[in-house]
Amino acid sequence: MTQQKRARKALFHFTCVCVAVIMLYPLLWMLFSSFKVSSTVMREADKLLPTQWTVQNFINGWKGFAGHSFGTFFRNSLLVAGLSTIGAVFSSVLIAYGFARIKFRGSDFWFACMMVTLMLPFQVIMVPQFLLFTKLGWTGTYLPLIVPFFCGQAFFIYMDVQFMRSIPKELDEAAMIDGCSRFGVFWHIMLPLCVPVICTSAIFSFIWRWEDFLGPFLYLNKPELYTASLALKLFSDPSSSSDFGAMFAMATLSVVPACILFVSFQKYLVEGIATTGLKG
Amino acid sequence: MNKRWSKKTLQNTRDGYLFIGLFCIGFIAFTIIPILSSLVYSFCNYNVITPPKFAGLKNYQTLISDTKFWLALKVTSKYVVFSVPLKLLFSLAIAMLLYKTNRVTAFYRAAFYLPSIIGGSVAIAIVWRQVFSGDGMLNTLFNSIFGADLKKSWIGSPDTAIWTLIILSVWQYGSSMLNFLSGLKQIPPTYYEAASIDGASPIQRFFRITLPLLTPTIFFNLVMQIILALTCFTQSLLITRGEPMGLTKFSAVYMYETSFKYSKMGYGCAQAWVLLVLIATITIVLFRSQRYWVYYETDVKEEK
Repeated sequence: MTQQKRARKALFHFTCVCVAVIMLYPLLWMLFSSFKVSSTVMREADKLLPTQWTVQNFINGWKGFAGHSFGTFFRNSLLVAGLSTIGAVFSSVLIAYGFARIKFRGSDFWFACMMVTLMLPFQVIMVPQFLLFTKLGWTGTYLPLIVPFFCGQAFFIYMDVQFMRSIPKELDEAAMIDGCSRFGVFWHIMLPLCVPVICTSAIFSFIWRWEDFLGPFLYLNKPELYTASLALKLFSDPSSSSDFGAMFAMATLSVVPACILFVSFQKYLVEGIATTGLKG
Repeated sequence: MNKRWSKKTLQNTRDGYLFIGLFCIGFIAFTIIPILSSLVYSFCNYNVITPPKFAGLKNYQTLISDTKFWLALKVTSKYVVFSVPLKLLFSLAIAMLLYKTNRVTAFYRAAFYLPSIIGGSVAIAIVWRQVFSGDGMLNTLFNSIFGADLKKSWIGSPDTAIWTLIILSVWQYGSSMLNFLSGLKQIPPTYYEAASIDGASPIQRFFRITLPLLTPTIFFNLVMQIILALTCFTQSLLITRGEPMGLTKFSAVYMYETSFKYSKMGYGCAQAWVLLVLIATITIVLFRSQRYWVYYETDVKEEK
């Protein structure tokens, strides 16, 4: 019996390790390729670890292109991802409170609208939205990448509503009876209780905005405005670069923030999704 | 009394809109206005530089005879038909494997979820290109293990190019896996115990208990993944660039090229509307189909 149990456990770990290797190998390959000597990256593509370690790729890659270093691009990404995350997280929790706790005329209608936007793919409204922002004179600025997020993001609103519904209503009611205003209840009672779900949405939002390629690709036209993802795409175009080492080095750097956030807060992310049962 | 009640309703309505106001503004400005204006544009000739000119149904007529449009639709369907079921099967299998919660499974869950977190990034697109290119990682690795040079560019060959994108999609099964995990957790363990006592085999337990009770999660994942796959865009643009011979040029990519590369905004909007109607139809059909195959808990109780 115990032997059978041990065999099953070994089989379980064997399967998991195999899957993990397949899952993580491309990522590790990218990481270690950035430490290989640039001219040998593709020649020794079969080896995971470099035969000769070097950090030259990072130095070469960091120089960037068109007179702008990757420092500029990373700073731009930080600005765009940071501001849009602040907007998305706080507007979403505010909106979610309205849906979760206040009964008012039209709330069902607007909630349905929110569910529609949850399923509406961005690609479908990409062209007309571009025309709208062009008319507003927003192309070539960060406004199209930031402003829409201050009107809430359906995914986070839905997540927040689900979370708020699990908080007993009596808490709000008691505070209201004690003379607390509606906004006071939201600010002093609901917001502190929602910290876990706010963290989850903040991390998701930051990672998604950081990685966003389509938005910057459509709206940014000057190299000094490029975000890291857009810069990386242009940097990796075969016509502009054949320095594979530098390309891998910058690719690695571009996913470092997301990986750090994920590793530090993976409990929030994995459980955040697992408890609300939502897509990602 | 009646007056006071209506005052409260009024106050609630005011408060409600104060809280959700931002959403209403954003929804109208960034969703409704673009969607409606794209409907108008779809009946116009519009190249951004000169003002839109009404053209009636011309864009839609062009669409019907546009072989590139139909090819894009065919390629997109192929992508959906292969990537979605594979992804769901894989994520369900892994979710069942990692069902128990302890420190070991928590580690594996995180490791398996990581690719989904960064999978949409440009960095991964670059890696994918280098893995599947002619002198890429896969061929080099194959050569050093089996000593045979495949000399095949997986990205450049018409028969395999789309598969590199399907593999990328399946590789990012993390969020469906987490949804399945939370679905599995909601199945009461007593069901399995009772079934075991009655002598049900693990296979029977899977098909008679797990699968039926998991149908709401399967449904949710199915809808989300189909929509996601139907609008696949960035990966194709970055990895295969729609090539070879347009065999990875998805509908969204073709729409993008029509609108931005060739400045035919009106024609692009017509394509966007066809895509929107297609997605809406598929979603509605799926929702309607629920009563034939999705068991919600109340149904199970009624059946008893």
